Amino acid sequence: MVIELAKILVFPGLVFLFAYAMFAQWLDRKLYARMQNRVGPRFIQPLADIVKLFSKETIIPKSVDPVLFRILPYFAFAAVATSFLFLPIMDSPITSIDGDLVIVAYLLTIPTLVLSLSGWVSATPYSIIGGIRCLSQLFSYEVPYFLSLLTPALMLGTWNINEISKGLPGMIVAHPIYILPVAVAFMVGIIALQGKLERKPFDIADAETEIVAGPFTEYSGRLFGIFRLSLDMEMIVGVSLLVAVFLGGVYPFSGALAIVSYLVKTIFVLFILAYIKTAVARIKINQMIDFGWMVLAPLSLLGILLVVLLHMGGIL
Amino acid sequence: MMRPGAIWRELVKNLLRKPVTVLYPAERMAIPYAVRGKPVFEPSTCIGCMMCVRDCPSEAVKIEKLAEKTFACTFYLDRCIYCGQCAESCPRKSITMTHDYELACIDKSVLKEYKKGAPQQPK
Amino acid sequence: MSERMILPIGPQHPLLKEPTHFKFTLEGEKIVDADIRLGYNHRGIEKACEERTYLQDLYMVERICGICSFVHSTNFAQATEDILKVEIPQRAKYLRVIVGELERIHSHLLWLGVAGHEIGFDTLFMLSWRDREIVQDLLEIITGNRVNYSFNTIGGVRKDLSKEEIDQTIKGLKVLEEQTKYFADVATKETTFIGRVAGVGYLPKEVALSHCAVGPTARGSGVDIDVRRDLPYAAYGEIPFNVITSDRGDVLGRTIVRVGETLEAINIVRYAIEHLPSGPITAKVPRKVQPGEAFSRYEAPRGEAVLYARANGTEKPDRIKVRAPTLANLASVRHTLLNQTVADIPIIVAAIDPCLSCTDRTSVILKQDGSPKTEEIDWAELRKRSLISKPLK
Repeated sequence: MVIELAKILVFPGLVFLFAYAMFAQWLDRKLYARMQNRVGPRFIQPLADIVKLFSKETIIPKSVDPVLFRILPYFAFAAVATSFLFLPIMDSPITSIDGDLVIVAYLLTIPTLVLSLSGWVSATPYSIIGGIRCLSQLFSYEVPYFLSLLTPALMLGTWNINEISKGLPGMIVAHPIYILPVAVAFMVGIIALQGKLERKPFDIADAETEIVAGPFTEYSGRLFGIFRLSLDMEMIVGVSLLVAVFLGGVYPFSGALAIVSYLVKTIFVLFILAYIKTAVARIKINQMIDFGWMVLAPLSLLGILLVVLLHMGGIL
Repeated sequence: MMRPGAIWRELVKNLLRKPVTVLYPAERMAIPYAVRGKPVFEPSTCIGCMMCVRDCPSEAVKIEKLAEKTFACTFYLDRCIYCGQCAESCPRKSITMTHDYELACIDKSVLKEYKKGAPQQPK
Repeated sequence: MSERMILPIGPQHPLLKEPTHFKFTLEGEKIVDADIRLGYNHRGIEKACEERTYLQDLYMVERICGICSFVHSTNFAQATEDILKVEIPQRAKYLRVIVGELERIHSHLLWLGVAGHEIGFDTLFMLSWRDREIVQDLLEIITGNRVNYSFNTIGGVRKDLSKEEIDQTIKGLKVLEEQTKYFADVATKETTFIGRVAGVGYLPKEVALSHCAVGPTARGSGVDIDVRRDLPYAAYGEIPFNVITSDRGDVLGRTIVRVGETLEAINIVRYAIEHLPSGPITAKVPRKVQPGEAFSRYEAPRGEAVLYARANGTEKPDRIKVRAPTLANLASVRHTLLNQTVADIPIIVAAIDPCLSCTDRTSVILKQDGSPKTEEIDWAELRKRSLISKPLK
């Protein structure tokens, strides 16, 4: 019991998630800065930002519903923290049930919904536009994201993240042709994740020069800190999910070394995410929806189609 | 040909090299010869023609006559725009611009430079 | 989607670097009406010029704009020289061209960065501003300051160009040319960048003409105007250069014009350095200016800047009037904003390279009921009110 609780709260649970989220934010900002030929933040900077936000005054505007305004950030935080329990960081995740891939995918949708709700609750032009954009964006990346997650699940015939991550490497070694659908789905997944995390080129909902901070405009102090923290943690959860589903989780190590392969793989994905963020401009919401439905969705369907064809071809 | 990520060449180059940022108080850039910093006054050559006072765009120079052929000059460095017009207007080159540009301080009243000439000894 | 919403932007907003106010009427994300209010940054420079001598005014007008400061000081010097009927030395003319064109390079690179930032392409912003440092350093080497160069004087320029400085300039220009070509390449190939600027903020040629657009805004719509060629000042009459125009009329067209002008400016500086005549750099001018009036035009990086000066025979001018290029271009902004989306607002507003504090000449104070507070006063009274009554110190 005590060990279970320690696992959930400390390692590989909440404290680890927090620490790794801070590290990931630092890495992301540092890479972003270095690719722009700047110095970038110090290692302690993300933590300092969070501490600063938590120690600042929280202003609640008169026009908002105070209860909803206050509890929304905690919803996002709780959803993200819960979804992390299903992901294999060590040998096996803290908890694993059949169909947890669907659970994680749905839990990861909650922060976006909470964001758009908080935009509505704030009731100012910038946050309302931000909230609407958040929702319209959701429809364009969510489908390709789910479909791309479906590809390896179909391949292995299971909805359990742990089983997928354990089974995928063996399957690819046995039948190298399966690398094709996984590669296509991984590409779609990484781009859709960029949209999910509201990073460039999909940072449409909190486009700074257009609508200030979008749904966050009225948030300040501790509530904003929790929002930021849950978004940072969402990045780790999203990246870990991609690693578990497409890159074989902790393969090839096991035991204590498992964490090493986990870290190496997540940092690799974080690097790709930072590179995409650096190399492109923000696109418009209509371009995003076009891109989501015209490019990403067909590509992810192509991945599924490949799996189905390969299955029917009788390789397995 | 349009493609996303057309800026990649510079990004890869930047990853491999040091940031261009100059971490100011620790590192400094070379100052070009032409830079105009704090003006300095040379009392021995001043003839009290007041050209500097007349031409200064921000009224940052004050020349006082202390005695015959002895002048004191005050530069109000908080008002000075470091254009160097006083140095150019001076017929005797009593005012020159230095390279001393690090004048920031917390108390604005410190930004005042007073220099007076020694009274001339009668020969 | 017929419900309309008012989106206020400014006076304080991350989109704006200077205070101004936009009121957008939206239908969903579409802009159906736009209202621009100026006047948040009136500094009274024209009035302040009336109580300073011509030499002091030179430094005053230089501070109208922080980016194109050389424009206004050259304009003022030209107008004064015109009233005085002084011909400045040939070498001074070439030096004015060199500094003016370097300033154009720095202004256009700055614009490219700002445009990148407005559409969320921060990498372009960081990199173009990094390379802008090169031209800023060149300006510091040549004039002694990075902005507000204090390079002009009435009757010429204040500082000569030495052999060493010429070498450094040529070296710097080489890097600049390489980088500018690279940015031109990126700006015409990067899909997300093109997607944000192509077809956005379309300004047809007729509208550009009827709304009196100037500079790259007009040239981006195919209006072939350039004061440097049409009414040469300084040494532009002797220097061959191309006027870059684009028929696209959208923000991409203005980008192409600006990047092309940057490359052209590099060539102009090279030519001017190679053909730099020897001789004095300043002509002798009297302190008092005889009565008369003059009108000076200058092709600033943002478009044509105009300065009117009237002298009354004393050491101080009677009237100075400056029209910054942004004022001419602002009229076309409303037209380009209509029927665009909210996401296009930043880049459309940035596309004219607005310099709002240079533009503001007046502040209008509205009464509670919304009507302007008006009161009739005559010229003498206005002069008396606006001059600083007691000296500093």
